[in-house]
Amino acid sequence: MSTSSSTAAVSATGVGKTFSTGGGDVRALTDVELTVGSGEFVSLIGPSGCGKSTLMRLIADLDAPTEGDLQVFGKSPAQARRDQDYGIAFQQAGLLPWRTVAANIALPLELHAMGAKQRRARVAELAELVGLSDFIGSYPDQLSGGMQQRVAIARALAEQPRLLLMDEPFGALDEMTRERMQAELSRIVGETGAAVVFVTHSIPEAVFLSDRVVVMSPRPGRITGVVTTGIGREVRREESLRETSGFFDTVTAVREALHGAPVGGAAREGR
Amino acid sequence: MAIADGGPRTRERTLRIGTPIAVGLLGLAVWQLLVGVVGVSSYLLPSPAEIASEWAANASSIAEAAWITGTNAVLGLLVGGVVGVLMAAFASRWRGFDQMLAPVVAALAVGPIVALAPVLNAMYGADSETGRRVIAAIAAFVPVFVNSLRGLRQTTPLHRDLMRSYAATGQQTFRALTLPTAAPYVVTGLRVASSLAVISALVAEYFGGPRGGLGSYISTSAATSAYARAWAYVGAAILLGLALYLLTVALERLVNRALSGGSR
Repeated sequence: MSTSSSTAAVSATGVGKTFSTGGGDVRALTDVELTVGSGEFVSLIGPSGCGKSTLMRLIADLDAPTEGDLQVFGKSPAQARRDQDYGIAFQQAGLLPWRTVAANIALPLELHAMGAKQRRARVAELAELVGLSDFIGSYPDQLSGGMQQRVAIARALAEQPRLLLMDEPFGALDEMTRERMQAELSRIVGETGAAVVFVTHSIPEAVFLSDRVVVMSPRPGRITGVVTTGIGREVRREESLRETSGFFDTVTAVREALHGAPVGGAAREGR
Repeated sequence: MAIADGGPRTRERTLRIGTPIAVGLLGLAVWQLLVGVVGVSSYLLPSPAEIASEWAANASSIAEAAWITGTNAVLGLLVGGVVGVLMAAFASRWRGFDQMLAPVVAALAVGPIVALAPVLNAMYGADSETGRRVIAAIAAFVPVFVNSLRGLRQTTPLHRDLMRSYAATGQQTFRALTLPTAAPYVVTGLRVASSLAVISALVAEYFGGPRGGLGSYISTSAATSAYARAWAYVGAAILLGLALYLLTVALERLVNRALSGGSR
């Protein structure tokens, strides 16, 4: 384990994905060069069809790249998936309605044959981490959208993954819940030390959470820029952070990168 | 709050149960009136009172006949149900198997299954109930298979992605996701199949085989012009079908309640 901690969480070289459809080939993603360091928080941002979700699915081995080399902790994505090196959460919580909160969180542990006693302890720990200890016996239908998403995050963290993949996890939440969840996620990720690949539509969300924001463009999907936020891991993500001038500057930098306008700021690299 | 809610809810419940009973009693009264007062020949239409007295006179043989037919129907439902779910599981797993099975199921669905009764009676021997059980099983198989197959295909891509991300085996995915998702469809199939199983077991008795079931009593009573007795057996057949139907409705509710998360 000590050797792999120095390995990058994600390392992509010349990665591309072409979908064959009835109407011909669609290049969803092309020529992706990206390294996500261990413990690094990287957001993928861009308009619909820019391939950000596709890239995340390639990392998760839910789809296979058609070009290039993709490694997760120095292994093939398939091996990393089998080793449960990553946890994943989507825009929809995707909880099983017939399972309680506890049983939903426990699902991956159950599949990997963790003993019942150990499992209960781990579930209690995870519920505590996402602030749902009082709702452990509730069913998903009895929870709000934000609470369901917390359960999904707890479930994603169940196997103590070193990498967290999140595809617009707060996309279906209202603005206030969303901001609260961002602060929560930041705290949780800080406590677990996992690297995160975070797909989002929202510029402030990406800037607030990330070490680096990867800006993508459609047709064909590709990386067009990377903005380093300059907000260190050690900085606590509090609401006041959203009002600092550094935050505004980075938001502007990402917005300009998205729209392809020239940028004056220094926080720009790797065009 | 409980009182405010309780009033209209109790009234609604009384209405829901009371109305059909009232309509039924009214129907019986009109029927009795037609036969007794207006003078419709009791040969054409026996009065409810006559049927009731025939029922009372033959109570033990009615119960015995209902038991025989009921056993055939229940065994048929169980076997047809289990085979239906298993075949649906295979068909959902292997597309080729589904395509192989589709024409057979279509043939079973449209074919008059009870018309097989003489053939099966000949196959299993005239003193065997097996032919009737096979007929009930075939009749029950079709709706269970069709519904189960549909249910087994209801898992969402999101859930399948999640199971894949957990590196779950095919069997684990089936147990944890596919089967619970399909369960409401399976029990709906069983509910539909329950009536078919009773009807098939009953009608199969019209085509020979051992005596003793409700169907054979209905046909002998009618053949000897004992219409009131025939009606009593028909009544028992209705009750039998209803009982099995209500049992499967209860099962359906139970499963749906468990799957939607306990108490609600």
